[in-house]
Amino acid sequence: MKNILFIALLLLSNSSQAALNVFACEPEWAALTQELAGDKVSIYTATGALQDPHRVEARPSLISKAARADLLVCTGAELETGWLPKVLREASNRAITPGAAGNFEAARFVKMLEIPSRLDRADGDVHAMGNPHIQTDARNFLPIAEALSQRLAQLDPSNAGLYQENLAAFTQKWRGAITKWETHAAPLKGVPIVVQHKGFPYLTAWLGLHEVTALEAKPGMEPSASYLAQVVSELKQHPAKMVIRAAYQDDRPSDWITQRAHLTAVMLPYTVGGTPQASDLYSLFDDTIARLLAGAK
Amino acid sequence: MNKNIYLSAAITALLAHSINVFAGNEEDLRDLREQVQNLERRIDQASPADSAANAFNPAISLILGGTYGRLGNDPAIPATGFAMAANPGHQQGFNLGESELGISANIDPRFSGTATMALSPAGGLTVENAYIQTNVLGKGVNLRFGRYFSGLGYLNDQHAHAWDFVDQPLIYGTFWNNQLGEDGVQLKWLAPTDTFVELGGEIGRGRGFPGTDTNRNGAGSSVLFAHIGDDIGIEQSWRAGVSLHQTQRDNAVSNNVPDVPGTAGGVSNIFSGSSRTAGLDMVWKYSPNGNTANRYIKFQGEYFQRKESGTLTYNMLNASPYSNTQSGWYMQSVAQFMPHWRTGLRYDRLDAGIANVGAANLNFVIANYGFQPTRTSWMLDYSPSEFSRLRLQIARDQTRQTLPENQIFLQYVMSLGAHGAHSY
Repeated sequence: MKNILFIALLLLSNSSQAALNVFACEPEWAALTQELAGDKVSIYTATGALQDPHRVEARPSLISKAARADLLVCTGAELETGWLPKVLREASNRAITPGAAGNFEAARFVKMLEIPSRLDRADGDVHAMGNPHIQTDARNFLPIAEALSQRLAQLDPSNAGLYQENLAAFTQKWRGAITKWETHAAPLKGVPIVVQHKGFPYLTAWLGLHEVTALEAKPGMEPSASYLAQVVSELKQHPAKMVIRAAYQDDRPSDWITQRAHLTAVMLPYTVGGTPQASDLYSLFDDTIARLLAGAK
Repeated sequence: MNKNIYLSAAITALLAHSINVFAGNEEDLRDLREQVQNLERRIDQASPADSAANAFNPAISLILGGTYGRLGNDPAIPATGFAMAANPGHQQGFNLGESELGISANIDPRFSGTATMALSPAGGLTVENAYIQTNVLGKGVNLRFGRYFSGLGYLNDQHAHAWDFVDQPLIYGTFWNNQLGEDGVQLKWLAPTDTFVELGGEIGRGRGFPGTDTNRNGAGSSVLFAHIGDDIGIEQSWRAGVSLHQTQRDNAVSNNVPDVPGTAGGVSNIFSGSSRTAGLDMVWKYSPNGNTANRYIKFQGEYFQRKESGTLTYNMLNASPYSNTQSGWYMQSVAQFMPHWRTGLRYDRLDAGIANVGAANLNFVIANYGFQPTRTSWMLDYSPSEFSRLRLQIARDQTRQTLPENQIFLQYVMSLGAHGAHSY
């Protein structure tokens, strides 16, 4: 009898220690959650580093994973607008519906760039809340980590102390890493670049890169031949060092421009897992800066 | 205004502090700079939500579509053996197609509402969807009531602007008049498993074909469906399903039905009885690295079989027992071979079945047409952005015995307004 009671207690205590089920929309948020919560969470990452997070399908597997999640960690700012609302609707999980504590949108905690002064699809696929690609500026992870840690503590109060400790450790280590990256990236200040997609405003603002032009005239739109000719002539007047693109983007536009203007094509991991070197949040920025430095030579 | 006050306060604080900092080091300065930046951020975040009167307006989307069709025959001629089924047909020449106005929003914490109005080229406005969904049931339960597209099959609840071809497969045209729309209640439940398992049931008025939209207190039609799906690695995903539909048809009139004596222009028949349909559907998608923005391929196929049995009144006069089993299927594949460009191939086939006709009508009603309608369609489409699509479709249509034809379609589908989420 005693044994049964003991086993029952053991089972109960196990279930109370059960990890929070986290549904991370993008790999960078999965990595950050892992940093802050360690083994207290079980994380499912909805998109791979080689997938455009804006163009994911509301696959059956995403719906069933979302149905069992306690916490959703996503970028927000309409990045996932083409699939997440459908997933949330079909999953019918009260814990993670918009407005619930289990629905965490990272973009709410950073200063957004490129907030459009007018909302008109003639400008392409613009996002009302600003450019959603916030993960390319390492400094953005500090306020997001703080908010995410608080959210973890709110959902799992029994481990609040641990989340607090993890946050403090992460913040200290991350601040040190930022200083290191900024020192390494100092030669990149003012380096003229071309972007394949308007997805790098946070990176260029952080490292002081100078964006000469973009291969995509308007977000989400294929550029016309005349626009590309204009880019080529612009690059003759204002030469750029490199053209950068995210790992998940088609390499042909970059290759096209490198054949017509004197610059290097640089592929950046963009998120954790985007390149073999970018295996966690720290190596993501190590690799990003190393690739930029190589391209600037 | 507030922001400025906060900012100047912060700067004053910084200045006051910096006097002490002269003695300090670089680190302190950086610390202070960060604090000010954090303050700025917080002030930016704190701006109140827009409280204008229209802030609660629902999401509105408008689909504009149009087609040019070049056909060999009058589209009103039904597929051989399916004169008593639906024949949504095509339109010849330039036509506006269906424009669609969609409005949706949360109603309160418990409910959300969606309405889709189809603006027909002739000028009418029909309510395609108008339903309420529950927000709070949780535990994977979704309740929907009002007017909706039934969840049976794979294509049925997809709106016309999401179709991969200009038209629906033949089996959807003849069995569901393109899409089964119902007035009723739909309950779906998602099993708490890692693999996607969804069960659904509907009871409705029996509004959409083959229902006859009759007034009765009970349910005019019912649907049961189950879907199962998952990923295979990061590059592949699939979903398969089974569906059952049943309805009671009351005095369903079909005109221009060919008969054994060969009456010119055909005759009008009336059918009353039960209609039961079973279906299988499956879809499989593959994308290199799972990146559907660049390249993907999908295969899908569906099969439906319908048994009808009851009384057929030939030429509005001769009633006799009648039963028949008809079926059909399609297989299609669509590939996005480079960003913005897709091509697709589809094969359709129908089987009109061999009917059991009562003795009184044996010499009048055609029991066996001895012909299997088929169609092969190829399409190429170009989507300059997520919101616009231009399509060319060429089809070899052999659905009418002795009247094979080639079809050419040009189509545009444009969406304005709210950026809706797409279904799988």
